[in-house]
Amino acid sequence: MTGALVIFFALAALAVLGAISLIVQRHPIHSALSLIVVMVALAGLYLLMGAEFVAAVQIIVYGGAIMVLFIFVIMLLNAGEEERTNFSRLATFAGVPLALAVTGLIGAGIARSSASLPAPEPGGVLTSTRTLSTLLFSEFVYPFELTSFLILVAILGAIVLAQREN
Amino acid sequence: MSDFLTQYAYLIIPIIKVLILVVIVLTVDAYLTWIERKLIAHIQARWGPHRVGPHGLLQPLADGLKFIFKEDPLPSHVDKVTYFLAPFLALMLALTSLGVIPFGPQRFKVFGYETGIAIADVNISLLVLFAITALAVYGVALAGWASNSKYSLLGGLRSSAQMISYELALTLSVVGVLLLAGTFSLRDIIEHQDNGNLGLLGWNIFGFSKDGAGFTQVIGFLCFYIAAIAETNRIPFDLAEAESELVAGFHTEYASMKFAMFFIAEYTSMITISCLATILFFGGWLSPFPASWTFTYYVPSVVLIPLGLWVIFDGLRYETLLGRVVLPGVGTVLAVIGVALIVFPPVNDAIQGVFWFLAKVFTFLFIYVWMRGTLPRFRYDQLMSFGWKFLLPVSIANVVLTSAVVLWRMH
Repeated sequence: MTGALVIFFALAALAVLGAISLIVQRHPIHSALSLIVVMVALAGLYLLMGAEFVAAVQIIVYGGAIMVLFIFVIMLLNAGEEERTNFSRLATFAGVPLALAVTGLIGAGIARSSASLPAPEPGGVLTSTRTLSTLLFSEFVYPFELTSFLILVAILGAIVLAQREN
Repeated sequence: MSDFLTQYAYLIIPIIKVLILVVIVLTVDAYLTWIERKLIAHIQARWGPHRVGPHGLLQPLADGLKFIFKEDPLPSHVDKVTYFLAPFLALMLALTSLGVIPFGPQRFKVFGYETGIAIADVNISLLVLFAITALAVYGVALAGWASNSKYSLLGGLRSSAQMISYELALTLSVVGVLLLAGTFSLRDIIEHQDNGNLGLLGWNIFGFSKDGAGFTQVIGFLCFYIAAIAETNRIPFDLAEAESELVAGFHTEYASMKFAMFFIAEYTSMITISCLATILFFGGWLSPFPASWTFTYYVPSVVLIPLGLWVIFDGLRYETLLGRVVLPGVGTVLAVIGVALIVFPPVNDAIQGVFWFLAKVFTFLFIYVWMRGTLPRFRYDQLMSFGWKFLLPVSIANVVLTSAVVLWRMH
């Protein structure tokens, strides 16, 4: 149990550090790399919760495919280091309080519901891929098909955009 | 002491297994370069390496020493962190992916800890493998970008585009196998192909599985192997390091051990892909002969003894004194192992699985080298249109066909 907790906090710290580094880094490639660290740390957290399929897919889809595309585009555009500008007044006076308020809201929400919600046990029972897919194709079949439809529309959109040049 | 061992067996045994596997894999990598140079040399009617040691057998050692002692200059204006990170990432991911591959059927208990001939026998091993291959592109892409060189950048760009394109076909081509086996576990996929008295006909490539719901995966295998060669950046898909266009592509600016790390990573991923092809389509550790043919248990001996005798015969008339001493020694060891397998049947039984597994893996490694010796490189636009317009539709068709057959056989 304590082992699982140690791994949880290590992965959570890695995810948070990656997220901070993502914002602080000045070069787009370094930011993208930090995002990959976040994705992989999240996958580790999923694994700790027993969601092995989601963990693997998290790395394959987000860590692999999507981030490779990000890095590919950044490399293709040859984007250089970003220059820091002075913080805008709007960000200081409206952004900081707003960010604090949102953080407070989310924190309060978690604090209130954590008593009633059963926390998923770290290192708990592995949910098999079979269970997941059975649920996906029986109970949640309409949301699933709708999502596929949405992706199909996006693919068609991409084809139309690419065809316009010819 | 034994209490301590029993308590921490789950930590100690995997660490020992990792060390053993890394040593073996690095040695195989080293001799794979020798095999590759020898084979290509003979394909092109040359001798290949033959100066360092008998038949050039110490050439990998000489290469290794050269890598260590070479100057390692740092090009100007490189992105230092990424430049150093890239080779580590490439090598680490290549070695990690071998961790989920089961090399043999045995399961045994050490200090009360049940283990097998695999570092981690997880039930989503195929997904883990794909997850690691999905990350493997970063080694090449980041090396290309961080080097601050046009050639490297082009190599990195080509590599990432190629990986995105071929990963789809690679993943879809194994869906057929998954549909037949109904599991992500590599061990279960192999056991599903075990059809006792039909031998090799039970493998997924032929598809006469024991539950009667099999379907030949020849199309899936061809798509898988082509996409896998593209994923490992090997000829005819090695556009990331096309030496006639890009000097050396993504590793142009790397020298010494950092270059060697890319090199080792490439050969390790070749081994991983060969293991995967063996497991998914060619029955892993299963013998190609029907289980009732017990005399085929002597195949390892029948291979080893003549090989040993031939090495002795060849060694006795070798030009150098070292060769006349070493080669007969090696031959004797091989022949003695062959005889020992006949004399001790339990040992013979134990190595059957690993023997067939390695035999198949080395066949695929041979095909890799064979292709490098015979095929020209693709042009970049050919590579892209082949991947998207041919390989992807064909692998999707294979998925549809296989699921239709599985549905039909089930009813």
